[in-house]
Amino acid sequence: MKGRVLVVDDDPALAEMLGIVLRAEGLEPSFVADGDAALAAFRAVKPDVVLLDLMLPGTDGIDVCRQIRAESGVPIVMLTARTDTVDVVLGLESGADDYVVKPFKPKELVARVRARLRRADEPTPEELTIGDVTIDVAGHVVSRAGTPIALTPLEFDLLVALARRPRHVFTRETLLEQVWGYRHAADTRLVNVHVQRLRAKIETDPEHPRIVVTVRGVGYKAGVPAADAQHQPLA
Amino acid sequence: MRSTSRSPDRPLAGGLRRRLPAPRRLVAVWRASLQLRVVTLTLLASAGVVAVLGVVLVGQVRDGLLAAKTRAALAEASAGLLSARTQLAAADRTDPRALGPLLDRLTRTLANRGGEAGLYEVVLLPGRDTTDVAGGSGRASNDILPASVPPRLRRAVVEGRRQAHTYTRLWYADGRGEPGLVVGAPLTVAGGDYQLYQLFPLRQEAQTLSLVQRTAAFAGAGLVLLLAAVAWIVTRLVVIPVRLAARTAERLAAGGLDQRMLVRGEDDLARLASSFNRMAENLQRQIRQLEELSRVQRRFVSDVSHELRTPLATVRMAADVLHESRASFDPAAARAAELLQAQLDRFEALLVDLLEISRYDAGAASLDAEPVDVRTLAHRAVDVCLPLAERRGSALRLELPPAPCLAEVDPRRVERVLRNLVVNAIDHGEGRDVVVRMACDETAVAVTVRDHGVGLSPDECRRVFDRFWRADPARARSTGGTGLGLAIAREDAHLHGGWLQAWGEPGGGCNFRLTLPRRAGMELVRSPLPLRPPDARRAVTLAPGVRRT
Repeated sequence: MKGRVLVVDDDPALAEMLGIVLRAEGLEPSFVADGDAALAAFRAVKPDVVLLDLMLPGTDGIDVCRQIRAESGVPIVMLTARTDTVDVVLGLESGADDYVVKPFKPKELVARVRARLRRADEPTPEELTIGDVTIDVAGHVVSRAGTPIALTPLEFDLLVALARRPRHVFTRETLLEQVWGYRHAADTRLVNVHVQRLRAKIETDPEHPRIVVTVRGVGYKAGVPAADAQHQPLA
Repeated sequence: MRSTSRSPDRPLAGGLRRRLPAPRRLVAVWRASLQLRVVTLTLLASAGVVAVLGVVLVGQVRDGLLAAKTRAALAEASAGLLSARTQLAAADRTDPRALGPLLDRLTRTLANRGGEAGLYEVVLLPGRDTTDVAGGSGRASNDILPASVPPRLRRAVVEGRRQAHTYTRLWYADGRGEPGLVVGAPLTVAGGDYQLYQLFPLRQEAQTLSLVQRTAAFAGAGLVLLLAAVAWIVTRLVVIPVRLAARTAERLAAGGLDQRMLVRGEDDLARLASSFNRMAENLQRQIRQLEELSRVQRRFVSDVSHELRTPLATVRMAADVLHESRASFDPAAARAAELLQAQLDRFEALLVDLLEISRYDAGAASLDAEPVDVRTLAHRAVDVCLPLAERRGSALRLELPPAPCLAEVDPRRVERVLRNLVVNAIDHGEGRDVVVRMACDETAVAVTVRDHGVGLSPDECRRVFDRFWRADPARARSTGGTGLGLAIAREDAHLHGGWLQAWGEPGGGCNFRLTLPRRAGMELVRSPLPLRPPDARRAVTLAPGVRRT
């Protein structure tokens, strides 16, 4: 099982403590304390998960997150001391998959890291359609009319979750459970931000989404497959 | 003048104006336009003055004209009368047959005399008790009708036996009529009584008078319009800067702090502009200061949050590691690890609440509203509290409406409010039932949390939302609440533009009611649920302050 974790945190005590906890869980942590050195460390370590503190000396966490996201879809879990909507949403929008608010319980952190690691384990040969987009689940490829669309693993999971049960309306809580692995209701802003990021990549017109459709007051559902959509105006 | 404080209802008034019936619309326009009022009032006032002046002027001219004409006519009449008497004296009085032609001639001659007062007509009428020796009821020159002589004048001449005159209308055989002056005098012909009437047409005077009247009317109307135009220009000069000032003030009120007025010249309007600008300047500076203060405060809270949370995260993890391996410690160290763990939970909760409340104090709390079925939030809040309720022996009852209650709320905050209320109810519920009720109408959704514990007095109801306030300081803290839960809940409710209210009676339990508008930013008017629960024991009237949250 893969288990390389890159911890980007400037607080030596916290980093050391994180190391103790992660090693106890059988993961392999490596550390970097400076935002400027983070990208180089990321390339050297090739981690399976990044634990990223949002407040860093040098380049701050948000920028580090963007840099990593620019070259890799590796799961990023933010460590943040700030629960303000603006801070959390900014972090998620810059590409983080999930976040943990300090102070966290070790179990909670490990659960979040494990959830991000687990996802890549069970590929099943399967092809799904949602709107005019096709998903090759085993090959991890999403394409529209033969053109591949690059998605992060989390966005891919979100899309697959919706596509596997077309016409089913998912509440944000269900999606949190299925995609993020939360067993208790958590922050639904996670879902909102990632749906927006996903739409920006796969919708032809993100202002009028047809693939990930909002069901007001409930949640989201998959759009109608392309063939049905053509018949719809006649109905 | 339209004051700036009225300006917010202007769009409303404008909207209403379109739908109002015509008279009310006129009233609305009248109230809205200073210029219209000034011009209209000037128009009315000057029209009144000009009308009075015109009436007096025309009256003077008429009196003057008539006085001159009357003087000339009376002189002419006297001369005519004298001539008639002379002619009669010279005539043969004995032959009654000659009398008729004589009178005919007399009438004609007089009518042809004319004079300074112009031509006049003559009417010769017999007296009341005189049988006309010449036959007929009277004689008239040309085609004047004898009926033109008013009976009143006739009576005056017959009874007064002297010359009299009056103004009347002269009628002709062809139906024509015109204003005229009639002078009458008694005349004795061959022993019989006659009256000689001389009728002077006032055609000329009437024409002159109507010319004067027309001129006066035109001049008056012109003057009034001119005055109105002057009033319009003058008010424009004043109203335009005032309107500009009003618009600038409205923009300033709407948040455009850098709005200023143009100062031109040194008159009153310029003074208005410069003092307005000074006021705006002060306002802007103070608001900037406050913004800066709030920014610093927010920054501080955020920094403290981070600085405290990072070491706390380390401590927390360390405590957890110790706690996990406490089995291998000696009993004292193991107990210490347990205490450390438990108190860290409390410390953390307190830190979270403190940061939350200071975020409110700094005005940094933001609403993340989205349409949510509030029933699911109530469900979740109750689910979270079930273990606690079980430990305390309280049954949690949920009474939800069958249909979804969609409202634009921040689900995180509303769930937190409900959780706080339910935890509080279990905490003070003495192991009795806790009931969560919910109802919604078109504008609002309400949730009440009812417990049947020790209850609160009206005075305590007022203080229950105060920070760190405890109903009974002697009572032990059972769940280890932070003492900030209800204060935060109230702030959360206010952030939504909602209400959080408490009702209670000593020994009869409490009822907390959360009311939220269904659309963000909507004003609440009433709540779909009563604050006083239907199962209250006594009729307790609440102090008015409690309703206001």
